[in-house]
Amino acid sequence: MMELKVIGQSADNTAESGCSASGCGGSSDQLSHLPDHIRDKVHNHPCYSEEAHHHFARMHVAVAPACNIQCHYCNRKYDCANESRPGVVSELLTPDQAVKKVMAVAANIPQMTVLGIAGPGDPLANPERTFDTFRQLTEKAPDIKLCVSTNGLSLPDQVDELCKHNIDHVTITINCVDPDVGAKIYPWIFWNNRRIKGRKGAKILIEQQQKGLKMLTDRGILVKVNSVMIPGVNDQHLEEVSKVVKEKGAFLHNVMPLIAEAEHGTFYGVMGQRGPTHDELQTLQDKCAGDMNMMRHCRQCRADAVGMLGEDRGDEFTMEKVEVMDVDYEQAMKKRADYQAEIEAKLEAQKSSANETFIPLTALTKQKKETRPVLMAVATSGGGVINQHFGHAKEFLIYEASMTDVRFIGHRKVDLYCSGGDTCGDAETTLQKTIRLLEGCETVLCSKIGYEPWEVLEESGIQPNGEHAMEPIEDAVAKVYAEMAESGQLEQQRQADQLQAGA
Amino acid sequence: MAYEIIESCVNCWACEPLCPSDAIFEARPHFKIDAKKCTECEGDHVDPQCVSICPIEGAILNPFSEPANPPGSLTGIPPERMEEVMAEIQSR
Repeated sequence: MMELKVIGQSADNTAESGCSASGCGGSSDQLSHLPDHIRDKVHNHPCYSEEAHHHFARMHVAVAPACNIQCHYCNRKYDCANESRPGVVSELLTPDQAVKKVMAVAANIPQMTVLGIAGPGDPLANPERTFDTFRQLTEKAPDIKLCVSTNGLSLPDQVDELCKHNIDHVTITINCVDPDVGAKIYPWIFWNNRRIKGRKGAKILIEQQQKGLKMLTDRGILVKVNSVMIPGVNDQHLEEVSKVVKEKGAFLHNVMPLIAEAEHGTFYGVMGQRGPTHDELQTLQDKCAGDMNMMRHCRQCRADAVGMLGEDRGDEFTMEKVEVMDVDYEQAMKKRADYQAEIEAKLEAQKSSANETFIPLTALTKQKKETRPVLMAVATSGGGVINQHFGHAKEFLIYEASMTDVRFIGHRKVDLYCSGGDTCGDAETTLQKTIRLLEGCETVLCSKIGYEPWEVLEESGIQPNGEHAMEPIEDAVAKVYAEMAESGQLEQQRQADQLQAGA
Repeated sequence: MAYEIIESCVNCWACEPLCPSDAIFEARPHFKIDAKKCTECEGDHVDPQCVSICPIEGAILNPFSEPANPPGSLTGIPPERMEEVMAEIQSR
């Protein structure tokens, strides 16, 4: 067993991070178009509902190490403790250990609603381990929702078994529906006792994915589709993917940026394939949104992450610690039920009060001229208000303000993928990284900001703003937009050189 | 004659259930092949199963003690490119 320590973020700065109920539940709530029976299933699932991820927790258990395909963004050798990418874990668990761990976490984190198996290999390429874990959990913690993600290759063979368990959500990673594109993403698959390379392998994989997707939706199982956006490889193609998977009944499409650095040792990393810019990702997500419900708050977490989205409390629950924890299952389940009922009531109350105080943005801005949309970054530690010091922010929420509304676009995380420090040979300062992170944003709203970062931000074409501390995020974004419009800053396109400054 | 798993194995379990002769077993620091049991899959499969699913280049040696999956054969990364990039990272 690998004994690497999980480097989680400290709980204090991220426990409440993520966007606010108001920020996520308003015009930007991508679940609002779903039929009621689906909303009922996903409303307290932190990975599927932007609103839920602020209040409910999830965990992944790493019981599935084997994989039956190779993807160019994955390196099967990787187990770096400083990494927080998908597919990376520190401790492989047996099903019995996994169940013990889930029960311990669910007793200590009453927000816990969801258990997922996501790797580090393909859960359905490890059917005994995956289903043994699900079987035991259905029995011991029937209140916890079970999820599984897969590359889809063996999905059609596993649908019957999946249906036997209390699994109502499956995620399939579908990066293409065209084998020629697939040949540039998947070097090989293992199929019918042979390794099959190139286009031929990709074609089989695509057929299996599409077949599995259809089988699941026919049986009423919710399917989310994940796609990795790889510029120059499948970026032009993902709109088509979105259309196809929607036709087959997927309820949500999550387009994620490729993560590729040379030090990850992946094909894309080593060969210098770049990931998309924030702008490219958002543009594609917007294009796909015409066809489908898009997911915008995915944190791309590790295959052994524990806690609220965006945080990882894995180091509190290593097997060593879990073995000596004393857990009262009945009591813990009651505590979860009480806590979750309380949250539901609170959200319901917020929803009805939000409806009463709704002010259309056009009334606030009183604008006469055409003004362009603006991206703004917000530092918050939760509660739906601007309440975080710029220097303490571990992530920024990105909003787009326009003449008609304020829209939650997504989040950008500081040091998301590597916290390795000096050893990784990265000479860029944290401030420089943050500025690069905020590319495309014209303003950053925070509770306070130091003198030095203020100057550097301004020089980079990003206006810091600490005037709206403790104000609700959407109101503040609307006000700042109105001020910018008033001062005539928004009547023409942003200068090309200004745009470059943040790049 | 038999295949052999060496130290670059990452213990991913992929090969173990595929072996028609039950020759592969979990061991530390890495999985092993019982040379007495290994048949190279002759009579059962066209290709040796462990070699066909193993994701790690060089982790399995063929009966001539050569890597069954040589560098670059699985990831598609040319070995010289890999060396170049690793040297660059180390010099930072």
